[in-house]
Amino acid sequence: MEQTRKNELSEIARNIRIGAIEGVYNAKSGHPGGSLSISDILAYLYFEEMNIDPKNPKWEDRDRFVLSKGHCAPALYAVLAEKGFFDKELLKTLRKADSFLQGHPDMKHTPGVDMTTGSLGLGISAACGMALSGKVAGKDYRVYTIVGDGESEEGQVWEASMFANHYKLDNLCVIIDWNGLQIDGAITEVMNPTPFDKKLEAFGYNVIIIDAHNFDEIEAAFAAAKATKGRPTAIIAKSTKGKGVSYMENNVSWHGAAPSAEQYEQAMSELKA
Amino acid sequence: MMNYEKKATREAYGEALASLGEKYDFLVLDADLAAATKTGVFKKKFPERFFDCGIAEGNMMTVAAGIASTGKCVFASSFAMFAAGRAFEQVRNSIGYPHLAVKIGATHAGITVGEDGATHQCLEDIALMRTIPGMTIINPADAVEAKAAVEAAINFDGPVYLRFGRFATPIFNIGEDYKFEIGKGVEVVKGSDVTFVATGLMVAMAMEAAEMLEAEGISARVINIHTIKPIDRDIIIKAAKETGAIVTAEEHNIIGGLGSAVTEVVCEECPVPVVRVGVKDKFGKSGAVPALLEEYGLTPKDLCENAKKAIALKK
Repeated sequence: MEQTRKNELSEIARNIRIGAIEGVYNAKSGHPGGSLSISDILAYLYFEEMNIDPKNPKWEDRDRFVLSKGHCAPALYAVLAEKGFFDKELLKTLRKADSFLQGHPDMKHTPGVDMTTGSLGLGISAACGMALSGKVAGKDYRVYTIVGDGESEEGQVWEASMFANHYKLDNLCVIIDWNGLQIDGAITEVMNPTPFDKKLEAFGYNVIIIDAHNFDEIEAAFAAAKATKGRPTAIIAKSTKGKGVSYMENNVSWHGAAPSAEQYEQAMSELKA
Repeated sequence: MMNYEKKATREAYGEALASLGEKYDFLVLDADLAAATKTGVFKKKFPERFFDCGIAEGNMMTVAAGIASTGKCVFASSFAMFAAGRAFEQVRNSIGYPHLAVKIGATHAGITVGEDGATHQCLEDIALMRTIPGMTIINPADAVEAKAAVEAAINFDGPVYLRFGRFATPIFNIGEDYKFEIGKGVEVVKGSDVTFVATGLMVAMAMEAAEMLEAEGISARVINIHTIKPIDRDIIIKAAKETGAIVTAEEHNIIGGLGSAVTEVVCEECPVPVVRVGVKDKFGKSGAVPALLEEYGLTPKDLCENAKKAIALKK
């Protein structure tokens, strides 16, 4: 990828992180850690990869995105605002009673949200349904879903994986956000879902492992996914939870907590640096 | 009642899917029970529109939600136990909450599953589905109504839970003027002393009970509530006012199902005695269907006794 484009995407990812923290700070609750770990991939998906139109969010031939790890809605809302689906100022209304920005994504009320998610394990199945429907209708849209590493402890992730491979959903791309932490601690200590690569391969996926914060690797992975026919692709994205805010990085206590005023200022100064 | 032709509503479901498949564009999902739910009849005719999800009902329900999100009509079928029970949370969160137009075809509801026993006899599905905001629940009384309900569900913009049975029951909706409207109860027998408010296979039982009561000089009205949610409040209130006593009849736990729904309406609008006939907070068991219906108190004779009880409770 050209350096100028890389810089642009980095700038977008920075804005997503700022928007996510802005939301969580104003809401005084939410999930910053996992939002920051997926920000670069969201930047790439919404500004490079997906065929979408913010002016026509329900366009039937659009590519679709399902945030299976729905608790990271702050990052999803930030990328949607960045893309122009709604006003960025609204990010400050996250989780408030008069806002359409629910604690977890709500397709009925938020422009650009393709599927209601939040209950873990469900989003990947919904993405399978979208992909299957596209195949049946002879449409060439693609479907992307980000599944949490901890989320993969849900059995339904593997039911969906069986389905995606059985029906050869090569228009589906599953991204596993491997940040290594879930609410109760390290994923390997809570309930070890690894090895991801061998499991996903055994289910039939074309498996690609990347650094979730490297745009060259992200670009190559999505290009390879698109070129893979006859089976879905799983991108295992090794990420840093809390990426971009020093005190949140790799710290499980920032899975679902809002920063204080002082911490917010520090986060903003680090992100804007 | 003995002269009507009999057919299980699940049979009608499969036949309806296969025949309506010509007129409407929809997909059908099943979870390895196509031979039993009768979606196999559709599969045979439209193999390219049928997708088996394997024994994974939770995934099937959310896959259906994903399909519906693209604007495509889709049926998802399994036994009531697994459609409403196993997959409750998927139905609630991925179909109910976003109000996606998934049609859930749940067969083998109630104790008339028979020999398979309690694990497969779902007596809770109406209660579970009733608690999901915006969920429409249809429990057809016979094969004719089952087919009509499937077509109405296709044309309805929203999630629908369709409840079908395994046991062959009388087809009484044989009039040429028969028409089906979601949410509209049907007075199938006129009466003034007591009203049976029944659903599913209990409607035919109530009709038989009304005949038996007539011989004893008691005039019993029979109302078929095929749509349990949204329930037809007007027809229930009218019956409460005009007959002063109600007996509900359902092949479901008396907790949370039709009996509860009718009681809620009657208590709020026109309090009169309501006696609930159904499975009295018990699990089912293996057995031949007629023996089970007798043991669980779901016969015309039981309905007659409960009608007299309700009449005696009138002030």
